[in-house]
Amino acid sequence: MNLTLRIWRQRGPEDRGAMVTYELADVSPDMSFLEMLDVLNERLILEGEDPVAFDHDCREGICGMCGVVINGQAHGPRDRTTTCQLHMREFTDGETIDIEPWRAAAFPVVRDLVVDRSGFDRIIGSGGYISVVTGSAPEAHATPVPKDIADAAFDNATCIGCGACVAACPNGSAMLFTSAKVTHLNLLPQGAPERETRVRDMVATMDDEGFGGCTNTGECTVACPKGIPLTSIGNLNREYLRSLTRR
Amino acid sequence: MPETTSLGSGGSAYWTVGDDIADTAAPDGPIETRWDRRKFSAKLVNPANRRKHTVIVVGTGLAGGAAGATLAEQGYNVIQFCFQDSPRRAHSIAAQGGINAAKNYRNDGDSVYRLFYDTVKGGDFRARESNVYRLAQISTQIIDQCVAQGVPFAREYSGLLDTRSFGGVQVQRTFYARGQTGQQLLIGAYQALSRQIDAGNVEIHPRTEMLDLIVIDGRARGIVARDLVTGKITPYLADAVVLATGGYGNVFFLSTNAKGSNTTATWRAHRRGAHFANPCYTQIHPTCIPRSGEYQGKLTLMSESLRNDGRIWVPKTKGDTRSPDQIPEAERDYYLERIYPAFGNLVPRDIASRAAKYQCDDGRGVGPGGLGVYLDFADAIKRMGEDKVREKYGNLFEMYDRITGEDPYKVPMRIYPAVHYTMGGLWVDYDLQSSIPGMFVIGEANFSDHGANRLGASALMQGLADGYFVLPPMLGNYIASTKLGSVSLDDPAVTSVVGEVTGRLGRLLEINGDRTPDSFHRELGELIWDECGMGRTEAGLRKALARIPELREEFWRRVKVPGDSGELNQSLEKANRIADFLEFGELLCIDALHRAESCGGHFREESQTPDGEALRDDEHFAYAAAWEYTGGAPVLHREPLQFDYVHLAQRNYS
Ligand SMILES: Cc1cc2nc3c(=O)[nH]c(=O)nc-3n(C[C@H](O)[C@H](O)[C@H](O)COP(=O)(O)OP(=O)(O)OC[C@H]3O[C@@H](n4cnc5c(N)ncnc54)[C@H](O)[C@@H]3O)c2cc1C
Ligand code: SF4
Ligand code: FES
Repeated sequence: MNLTLRIWRQRGPEDRGAMVTYELADVSPDMSFLEMLDVLNERLILEGEDPVAFDHDCREGICGMCGVVINGQAHGPRDRTTTCQLHMREFTDGETIDIEPWRAAAFPVVRDLVVDRSGFDRIIGSGGYISVVTGSAPEAHATPVPKDIADAAFDNATCIGCGACVAACPNGSAMLFTSAKVTHLNLLPQGAPERETRVRDMVATMDDEGFGGCTNTGECTVACPKGIPLTSIGNLNREYLRSLTRR
Repeated sequence: MPETTSLGSGGSAYWTVGDDIADTAAPDGPIETRWDRRKFSAKLVNPANRRKHTVIVVGTGLAGGAAGATLAEQGYNVIQFCFQDSPRRAHSIAAQGGINAAKNYRNDGDSVYRLFYDTVKGGDFRARESNVYRLAQISTQIIDQCVAQGVPFAREYSGLLDTRSFGGVQVQRTFYARGQTGQQLLIGAYQALSRQIDAGNVEIHPRTEMLDLIVIDGRARGIVARDLVTGKITPYLADAVVLATGGYGNVFFLSTNAKGSNTTATWRAHRRGAHFANPCYTQIHPTCIPRSGEYQGKLTLMSESLRNDGRIWVPKTKGDTRSPDQIPEAERDYYLERIYPAFGNLVPRDIASRAAKYQCDDGRGVGPGGLGVYLDFADAIKRMGEDKVREKYGNLFEMYDRITGEDPYKVPMRIYPAVHYTMGGLWVDYDLQSSIPGMFVIGEANFSDHGANRLGASALMQGLADGYFVLPPMLGNYIASTKLGSVSLDDPAVTSVVGEVTGRLGRLLEINGDRTPDSFHRELGELIWDECGMGRTEAGLRKALARIPELREEFWRRVKVPGDSGELNQSLEKANRIADFLEFGELLCIDALHRAESCGGHFREESQTPDGEALRDDEHFAYAAAWEYTGGAPVLHREPLQFDYVHLAQRNYS
């Protein structure tokens, strides 16, 4: 199929950036979205142009490195699918596709479609862990964890840190991301000793990093490739209030 | 083409033979107490002094993440690097199946000794007994550590941990977190690391790539790295350097590895004096989704568990282009069931992979380019019902559908083997120290524990064992027992490496040729896949060895890298990694040529049993091959392997 691509090109953080149009012919419906960009880039290199910079690594939907806004939707049209797992058969011949970076105050553009998501790392660093020094762990079976708790913790732990939730949110909020980690760790008995400090510190970092507030639009969970539910945000709010009463 | 005078391990125009080497760090005596005795004999660094020592850790996968966090907890000053935008994205994240540990929670006869035995045997007797025993011992502690970190392993209704069997072993010792074990373990290590970063004990440099090693007075003292965003090239100095940079599977271009996985760190260290061991031991996984076209950039693994219920077949007629439902039963060849009646579709990975290749080479492959075989669930659906199949394999079927656009409930899956893991890596002694003093290598980047073949669910175990438990005391021993002089950034040994790195990037940008970096990578990968993939022959390897230098020469003449070095330039990153693959690929083929036996993942067609099984030659090849870089023909150093506990025996699956 033949496509018209309108891609955000921005040389660096200081550059203003603009949409640039490219025609791409003979796209196979079996290509992944990123393979389609690879093909474009191979051509641009030979034409002496700078290829389009985009982030990716595993291309299996698990590392969380990829992610662009496709026709206004973070990670594109298919439900529960990262950009790398999206295939061109989701598009039609002759279509025009807009491709833009994540847009959020806390995710400055590095170049083209590449953004700086290091704010997420700092949120985790401020409390998204259980403090256990290597070698000091008790025998694994010392604390059984009920299966439903373990499963719910797991569901929240599947977050890949891609940032689609932030990109999809009109406020650029990191609530879904942060709530997934707080829920994962606070549910587990191992996470209990740091339950209050964890949520307080992570929420404070979220604010310091310039992520916006949550107004319950629910866009985040629609964009989330791992199906992290809105109930996790509800849980974060409860954990936060609880922590304030137990200072 | 250079003439070879003799074969076997006796040297040739492609290599010369140097002195044998020995692992001088390993204690002898009873295997059960070797690790305890080694730890006891190790020198300790006073906790108050640790802050004065800086350690560089390159890589944040299971091995590097675990090491960085642990060293920082112990008080060392850690500087850590990864090329992704966050330490959480290292390739370890993609591991699916699980992690082994000899907990024996099922009381099914497992033990440290059995895990040790299975690993030595599974490695086709090409790993060190001492290392493997230690790995099995430490395995149980890893599970404790990860559970305490909040890793949400699968649990039973009792609240206790669930385990399953994996990779053909007879005990259920594999712990797992649905199909995302690697992700969960890595996030555990990443969180521990993040805590240390926040505390100021680890200085983290994401989007920063190590491009060379700094060796001063024979000791590793730092690295030269490039900030991938600004392009700035900076030397970093330390008392010791740890490489945790993963495997080299992407030398094949198409593999199940992440796109960025590369050999630059290990290859540059090799060029600075670190021996590279057993590069020809690569693992090829039989159940991957085949490529769909020329543009394909990577392959996706599908869990091996599919072979439990799927039946593998190809059309009996060559070049049969009918759709599978048009091919009657009598015209299908269920070749694994035919050739290996006892194991059928469940033969080990390497056998299943090779059999698929032979069918396709013979013109019976299916799908684009004839590079695929059917994995058919029609019988399973008839037998168990679609719901049961969905319950067992639903997520895999969905993944397959997403990628291929075909519904495996209706049409048989197409599968083809792909490169998955590399057992070879930088040579290390029992302390995980390379042949450059002060440089340690952990995780998939070293060669230490899996011999010629790795068992499923054992890479995660090894990465975490190395990072959490083995490296920290051994690194302390090095620091405590070595008198290190101070080095400064304007030491000529530092500035010359910076100059070399800068010069090389400059040269890549200047060529301004007419071929893209990827086009070279693809061509190299195809060559290596054809000649040094599932089956290797002397003639094929010689062909590859004649072609690789030509391709390398062409690369340095014709590659086109746009942009400049002072900015985010993904083409430059790629080209620089490919330049190293073009050198490394030659060593890979030389190692494969020199090892005239078959063992594990290395199948030399000349060395097989009458029924097509790999035939080892223990008399001539029971050693690890450690290669020394010379710039010309590499020098082979043999480390003889001794088997005092597990007795040498041939595998048999027919
Ligand atoms: C699809 C797939 C499934 C798998 N499933 C399993 C499984 O079920 N069980 C199992 O046991 N094993 C499995 N494996 C194997 C296992 O995942 C890997 O062997 C293991 O995770 C490697 O860990 P590592 O820490 O050594 O390296 P990696 O996780 O590869 O980490 C390498 C690190 O080094 C960094 N790096 C590399 N080069 C440089 C450089 N030059 N400069 C700076 N940083 C650099 C990277 O940024 C990264 O942080 C699987 C592998 C694949 C491909
Ligand atoms: S919550 Fe979902 S969208 Fe947000 S970072 Fe995690 S996986 Fe991505
Ligand atoms: S590239 Fe890893 S999630 Fe898309």
